[in-house]
Amino acid sequence: MATGVEDPSRAQVGTKTLRQDRWWLYPLQIGIILAFFVVYATVRIFMRDYYWADAEHYLTPLYSPCLSDSCVPGSAHLGTPLPELPFFIPLPFITFFVLAGFRGTCYYYRKAGYRSFFLAPAACAVPEPHKTYTGESKFPLNTLNYHRYFFYGALLFVLLNVYDGLLAFQGPDGGFGMGLGTLIMWVNIAMLFAYTLSCHACRHIVGGRLRSFSQHPMRYRYWTWVSRLNAKHGTYAMISLFTVILTDAYIMSVSAGWFDDPRFF
Amino acid sequence: MGYDLSMRLWRGDAEGGGLEDFTVEVSEGEVVLDAIHRVQATQAGDLAVRWNCKAGKCGSCSAEINGRPRLLCMTRLNDFEETDTITVTPLRAFPVIRDLVTDVSYNYEKAREVPAFAPTPPDADGKRRMMQVDVERGQEFRKCIECFLCQDTCHVIRDHEENKPAFAGPRFFLRYAELDMHPLDTNDRRKLAQDAAGIGMCNITKCCTEVCPEGIKITDNAIIPMKERVVDRSFDPLVWLGSKIRRRDPSDERTEVV
Amino acid sequence: MAEAETSTEYETHTYDVVVVGAGGAGLRAAIAAHDAGARTAIVCKSLLGKAHTVMAEGGIAAAMGNVWSDDGWPVHFRDTMRGGKMLNHWRMAQLHAQEAPDRVLELETWGALFDRTDDGLISQRDFGGHRFARLAHVGDRTGLEMIRTLQQRAVALGIDVFMECTVTELFKDVADDGTPRISGAFGYWRETGKFLVFEAPSIVLATGGIGKSFEVTSNSWEYTGDGHAMALRAGASLVNMEFVQFHPTGMVWPPSVRGILVTESVRGDGGVLRNSEGKRFMFDYIPEYFKSETADSEEEGDRWYTDKANNRRPPELLPRDEVARAINSEIKAGRGSPHGGIFLDIASRRDAEYIKRRLPSMYHQFKELADVDITAEPMEIGPTCHYVMGGVEVEPDSGASIVDGLFAAGEVAGGMHGANRLGGNSLSDLLVFGRRAGESAAEYATKAEQGRPHVQPELITSAEQDALAPFRIEGGGENAYTLQKHLQEQMQKLVGIIRTDEELAEAQQMLRELEDRATRLKVSGGRVYNPGWHLALDLNNMLLVSECIALAARERTESRGGHTREDFAATDESWGDVNLILTLGDDGHAVLKRQPLPQMPEDLRDLFD
Repeated sequence: MATGVEDPSRAQVGTKTLRQDRWWLYPLQIGIILAFFVVYATVRIFMRDYYWADAEHYLTPLYSPCLSDSCVPGSAHLGTPLPELPFFIPLPFITFFVLAGFRGTCYYYRKAGYRSFFLAPAACAVPEPHKTYTGESKFPLNTLNYHRYFFYGALLFVLLNVYDGLLAFQGPDGGFGMGLGTLIMWVNIAMLFAYTLSCHACRHIVGGRLRSFSQHPMRYRYWTWVSRLNAKHGTYAMISLFTVILTDAYIMSVSAGWFDDPRFF
Repeated sequence: MGYDLSMRLWRGDAEGGGLEDFTVEVSEGEVVLDAIHRVQATQAGDLAVRWNCKAGKCGSCSAEINGRPRLLCMTRLNDFEETDTITVTPLRAFPVIRDLVTDVSYNYEKAREVPAFAPTPPDADGKRRMMQVDVERGQEFRKCIECFLCQDTCHVIRDHEENKPAFAGPRFFLRYAELDMHPLDTNDRRKLAQDAAGIGMCNITKCCTEVCPEGIKITDNAIIPMKERVVDRSFDPLVWLGSKIRRRDPSDERTEVV
Repeated sequence: MAEAETSTEYETHTYDVVVVGAGGAGLRAAIAAHDAGARTAIVCKSLLGKAHTVMAEGGIAAAMGNVWSDDGWPVHFRDTMRGGKMLNHWRMAQLHAQEAPDRVLELETWGALFDRTDDGLISQRDFGGHRFARLAHVGDRTGLEMIRTLQQRAVALGIDVFMECTVTELFKDVADDGTPRISGAFGYWRETGKFLVFEAPSIVLATGGIGKSFEVTSNSWEYTGDGHAMALRAGASLVNMEFVQFHPTGMVWPPSVRGILVTESVRGDGGVLRNSEGKRFMFDYIPEYFKSETADSEEEGDRWYTDKANNRRPPELLPRDEVARAINSEIKAGRGSPHGGIFLDIASRRDAEYIKRRLPSMYHQFKELADVDITAEPMEIGPTCHYVMGGVEVEPDSGASIVDGLFAAGEVAGGMHGANRLGGNSLSDLLVFGRRAGESAAEYATKAEQGRPHVQPELITSAEQDALAPFRIEGGGENAYTLQKHLQEQMQKLVGIIRTDEELAEAQQMLRELEDRATRLKVSGGRVYNPGWHLALDLNNMLLVSECIALAARERTESRGGHTREDFAATDESWGDVNLILTLGDDGHAVLKRQPLPQMPEDLRDLFD
């Protein structure tokens, strides 16, 4: 039996939607970008090469931290507690789990994913193709509620990126140095901070969960600050996606020797 | 100044109906509701349309204009080209009564399911004290004019009639959030929001926020914070543990309603 | 005519108290009646929560003393009486001033979130005619907050609500002792067109006002004077009908929004009125009566916002009748704005941040509807029909009319506001007298328990015939929309802000003609949600109420408050203690009589020395 807008009790309009604008453009664009990132990241984490530019001390964020005996010399900033990894396990599998998990459970990416990949709905007032719908109320989608744990993890990994960024202030001789790559890494770090700290779970944790702001003035201040960032969470989500790809691609190019890193100092 | 506007208005009832063409003279600065009123006064006296304040304050004249949920009184004709045909249908998430009027009783049933505000006793002088920063979050949600455009656009019920019994909809998530953030309420409504109101069904695709004529950030400021509060209660063992170990501030003690 | 159109089936509902209208007064009355133990129903023409109360913007006047501790009920009482040109029923004004603070606090107990002071108390703002900042508010959407709070309370209490249901007639029977009394009401479901009959000993009218009889009005389609007209037909009396408030600031451009209200808070928060020469003209229009409490220089007026103890109020905040007349004069003198209004300027006086925080709906309304950014440019405004001071004559303490079992509260009740209502006094009026009427109605209904009234079948048949008349017209017939438009234009022109004997006589003539045409109203379509039919039925009420206004306005040969006569421009003391009372004569037309104004006791009189 017809349901949704074709339910017999509702006005029989004849078409599923009367929208005449190009409502399909936005989910299509976002879908292409997200798909590209998934493909790129998958290729890169299985590539096991060009993630460390030794002379410049650049480590790509996709491989940070590198923790196994398979890591190329110099890239394992925190040591190698893990043994050699077989080819089918990506070197940064922990990083990947946490960061993909953070983005995958993020409220913004959830919206984007549901719209672009599940068409649920592709655009407002455009019917979705699914026969039944339970949203995030049942397994497995109710596990998205663990977003805040990924947030804690992601915050830790941004701090590791900061450490990598500090190490990138080295010249080939080991003394102070800085190249275009350093700058790119720090722009990326800034964007990752903006994205991570603007997260809805963060907003809740710093103060949103309170009933009374006036009794917790410091937490209210943090909440106000995060709320301001949170208004642009989606923008930071997309910008940081590009800065991660750009940083990785840049370091890959330098590491592979396709490109010489312009040095400032 | 004035020009002839082509309109297609849905006419009919639960038995059936369809779009009918009208041409009506309109003038500068008018809104879609003006054009419909002119059709009513001059061409179709029995054309059914709900309206009251005509200033975007009462939320009566909700309908769909060119497929998008809008208030008829707040949609200006100069948003369209003079040659455009404007198509108006009733809300498509609710049963139709006649022409542009739908049966929105679903929303009033959901309103009855929200347990009432249960405040702490007043201060000794009979007054209640709340700071401005504490009421501001709730005030945003109380801007709601109950036009039910968010309910209409929400695919959970728009596309799935069968979800209506188990899902309260964005308008009432606003209400749950308002009460849960109220500094003086003594109820804990998180379990209720999760179970009876079905907040888990929301997949935060933000159409409710997109259509809200009051510009309330329904998703970011009400639904997601409410989801996070549900997480505190049902998905976060750390918070649960913390609340057991640490003696909480007495004002945080609330009675769970289910 | 199809069978569905002629069906005379009806459903019957039995209650102790039936409240007609679900605005602030109706909801508050229903809550009170329910709390008093009565089986209560609310019947409203629109959906629940859409009543005209949502349009109220500024606030609820209540002398809580949260901002100025010198404020108290005697000050509020005095302001109200002076604003009403001493024609108010003193007892109503007293009860209102005394009880408003408790009613506001009650709303908070039910969940209302008012703006706060720094101490966490309910904040209060300045408004015209009020000595102190006194209006409890939520930005500029106080009415919405109030109706939503009451609505949620009524729903929580489980009170039955008949939404989109219009009451067209009241029924009476005769008690054992021979006195006529209310026995019920007749109405139809707008959604289906089917009839219903309420059997109830108590009816509370809370139907609001009559503004839809005028062309430029801030009122919605519902404001057709149903309660006024039904009360008359049931044998009750109306008082003060000549006093119609034209709010000084309604939108004037574009034409489609003409009349939509611009809140007085704009002036309360610092906005000023200027003519086309840029002059703050209100200083030229300070009446003798208010000279001692009004600033005579711009500097003093500006200082008042922050220092009320040592400065007098700016003239922009004179009572509404004074401001509306001043604006009218400026426009007539050719110093108006391009679209026939004058300028209301807050942009040059307050920063954008402040304006958006204090007046968010106004910002939104002008931006969306007129493409005007009120933080950057002045608004064009002009007077708009807003409120009728007149209404059902009631006993102040109980809201009881002269008909047993019939009560009235809110705008449909008369006496409280005298010749002119102060801004902010309406919302408090709804709460104070809504509660009183609801309680009294419940009390009366339980007393009537001995011999409950009965609705006689022939009355039902007659009400059905009246309701179906527009379907039975053969041949051409009249179009309800055309007739309504004509009525509005003529009332605006002949019975508007400034009146003359000649024009009022012309209005009476016009109304007789329209009444005659209204007997031939004909509707197309069926009974299911047919606005043409609904309007045809409402029109009879509009015509009767318009007749009352014209009749009383012609009788009162002076100018006072919301009644200005060009041919009698001065306020005449001999009229200062006269009420005009209207009842319905045997010929179906209004009958007028003079009645002395109730005199206040000595202790209250002392407040005015």
